[in-house]
Amino acid sequence: MQDTEKAAPDFSSWSCPLPLEGYPTIVMGHGGGGKLGNELVEHLFLPAFRNPALENLGDAAVLELGSGRLAMSTDSFVVQPLFFPGGSIGELAVNGTVNDLAVSGAEPKFLSASFILEEGFPLAQLAAIVKAMAEAAATAGVKIVTGDTKVVERGHGDGCYINTAGVGLLRSGLSVGPHRARPGDVILVSGTLGDHGMAIMSVREGLEFESQIRSDCAALNGMIAAVLEAAGPAVHAMRDPTRGGLASTLNEIATSSGVGVSIDERALPVRPEVHSACELLGLDPVYVANEGKAVFFVAPEAADGVLELLRAHPLGRDAARIGKATAEHPRMLVARTQMGANRVIPLQIGEQLPRIC
Amino acid sequence: MCLAIPGRVEEITSDGVIRMGRVNFGGVVKRVCLDYVPEVEVGDYTIVHVGFAISKIDEQTARETLDAFRAMGVLDEELASEEEVLARAAARPQSPCPDGSCSISPQVPEPAKN
Amino acid sequence: MKYLNEFRNGEIAQRMAREIRQAATRPWKIMEVCGGQTHSIIKNGIDQMLPASIEMVHGPGCPVCVTPLELIDKALAIAAQPGVIFCSFGDMLRVPGTEGDLFQAKGNGADVRIVYSPLDAVELAAKNPDRQVVFFGVGFETTGPANAMSVHVAKRRGIKNFSVLVSHVLVPPAIEAIMSSPGNQVQAFLAAGHVCSVMGYWEYPPLAERFKIPIVVTGFEPLDLLDGIRRAVIQLEAGRHEVENAYPRIVRYDGNQAAQKLLAEVFEVTDRAWRGIGVIPRSGWRLSEDYRDYDAEQRFQIAGIHTQESALCRAGDVLRGAIKPSECAAFGKECTPRHPLGATMVSSEGACAAYYNYGRFISAEELAGAGSRN
Repeated sequence: MQDTEKAAPDFSSWSCPLPLEGYPTIVMGHGGGGKLGNELVEHLFLPAFRNPALENLGDAAVLELGSGRLAMSTDSFVVQPLFFPGGSIGELAVNGTVNDLAVSGAEPKFLSASFILEEGFPLAQLAAIVKAMAEAAATAGVKIVTGDTKVVERGHGDGCYINTAGVGLLRSGLSVGPHRARPGDVILVSGTLGDHGMAIMSVREGLEFESQIRSDCAALNGMIAAVLEAAGPAVHAMRDPTRGGLASTLNEIATSSGVGVSIDERALPVRPEVHSACELLGLDPVYVANEGKAVFFVAPEAADGVLELLRAHPLGRDAARIGKATAEHPRMLVARTQMGANRVIPLQIGEQLPRIC
Repeated sequence: MCLAIPGRVEEITSDGVIRMGRVNFGGVVKRVCLDYVPEVEVGDYTIVHVGFAISKIDEQTARETLDAFRAMGVLDEELASEEEVLARAAARPQSPCPDGSCSISPQVPEPAKN
Repeated sequence: MKYLNEFRNGEIAQRMAREIRQAATRPWKIMEVCGGQTHSIIKNGIDQMLPASIEMVHGPGCPVCVTPLELIDKALAIAAQPGVIFCSFGDMLRVPGTEGDLFQAKGNGADVRIVYSPLDAVELAAKNPDRQVVFFGVGFETTGPANAMSVHVAKRRGIKNFSVLVSHVLVPPAIEAIMSSPGNQVQAFLAAGHVCSVMGYWEYPPLAERFKIPIVVTGFEPLDLLDGIRRAVIQLEAGRHEVENAYPRIVRYDGNQAAQKLLAEVFEVTDRAWRGIGVIPRSGWRLSEDYRDYDAEQRFQIAGIHTQESALCRAGDVLRGAIKPSECAAFGKECTPRHPLGATMVSSEGACAAYYNYGRFISAEELAGAGSRN
């Protein structure tokens, strides 16, 4: 039931095709730093991620970053299945770290990419993942400049795990952070909620269903740069609501900043199909993961401008105003329900599970 | 108990042992067992719990129920302004202890409200 | 979604709430039996829309909450056995047993899988002939037909490596037990709409008559719940005690005949222990003689289970509506959603979890009101 997009590697250009062609899957030797490992670097990673820093193939990449403060972020990606409607672990690995840097107010520049592969993992799948990473990096305007590959024995890994770390240059004059939200701030979300999580659910064993839902996985740095360019200091807090969904992000900011957060459920943008899929499995869209959305806490006088800017951007077409920070009920997220009543939306304990009750 | 949601039957098949179908829940389609609703045909709506249709939705009755709901309290609206009612309800926070017997320490209330 | 969204209209809900406020002249305690109804009430804030005089008591209609501790421990023991694929609905994964829960068992290497439908578990058995696939068959009458069909299909297809750990509970005996318990304050019931879509509601008139309580078969969407509550209040005010069907688009008096036929074939009534309440006679289902081979308890013969309920946990009292969660000494201290002692703190519609999450939010109004009532 995996929606595998296989891009078979073109072995004709490989200098020593026999070992690789003879092994269409990953073997322990690929992680050994010897000939097989070098084959992978030379014929798979380098051509895909092509850039001068990488091609030096030193133990470390030597980079020019300009002056100013740096931001650094890292994340590991262990998603199952590896390929899902709208993307793969490859795009996630690149965009996830790019976005973490972007919401911190930094311009992402360079990424590292480390792979932990399971013995027996098909090379064709690795090639597809690497291709996806290269495309995502190009779209985001970042370079993958260093990396590593290790191989674990069959049965000791889920096919492929990826870690990416990234560095970026912080914009000067910004003081944005989860602790900087203030009562009165308007809360904006850049688009529809729950797309990624439900796309994964739709291909998850035991729960799968047919739908048009696709992951929203995307690099947000361009859109965020446009917002910061225009509104700068009026943006107090920014976050991308990944695992745990909007609810987790808003709770974190509320706690960090010591403000109350008040949202209107009627204003939350959710695709009808995502809504239906959530109903089917008994899930609440506010807790479902996103991989291409940002939440902004903006000074009220700048809110309309930022919203317009977001909507003008391809990734922000469905942007919406969803609520505000308040001095009431500090550190709590409260939502006005469709019924006109209020409910507290707490931090979820662990992953949200489908229910029958 | 009982998360069951309404869906429209798109296709009916048999897997050799039981009557199965594809049911469309607002754009999401799932394979569902239709063995318990022999009267249901393609185009009908049914309520589905854990992959099983347990009842046909009587569409006529559904419409009548909705009409009855819509008619409720309509005359009274002339007496209280809509805004007043909505505002009052919206301002009321959620409280599980309407008689105030909760021993949980409450938040310090804010004196001024917009 | 059609036949769903229309029943979530906020404007109509407000009007219905007003009707209830106008109808209620005295305090009333109404119990909704079904966990799904509790979930909907809390999620939509229905209880806030009601006048303070109407108290919704959250009943034991949550199979997660009432599955006996011993059975959870058996599930854990079975899941830990080599070669077993243990399948369950998501709800059961975090319910605490004596030592840990299914989620933790998974972390310790047990093959525990979440399924949407019991038929998925049967498919797994067919695809993995060298493994023993066990399905955790919990639920009220609503889930009965699904669980029954899974065993029936396994039998017809000759799939031998499939078994079910059965923990079915029935609503009418629960209502009877609650109404009979000393100190009961519940005055009316919202019967579970989807349970009734399967079983019909012919079992309720004798209960209504015996205990002189209104019973309203109610749905799950906000408008359905408000309508059920409204009808219950009107009956209470008028001193009537009848059975009403407020969910006629789905529920018929006789229920689903096809489902009841297979239920009678696959299950038989038995005494069942309800966690926190105790044994209620003839309140559950177990596999019938013809299907006993598919009983996981029989197949796995788990011995030496020493169940130990937390001495502090008062989930049973909460489930019967005898105390509010906040009245339990462990509430918010030893027992929190992160470290639950009992099922009512684990389940998303467990009363304790609901109170924990929402009880922190009390406005100045309520404070002032509470102050003046003391």
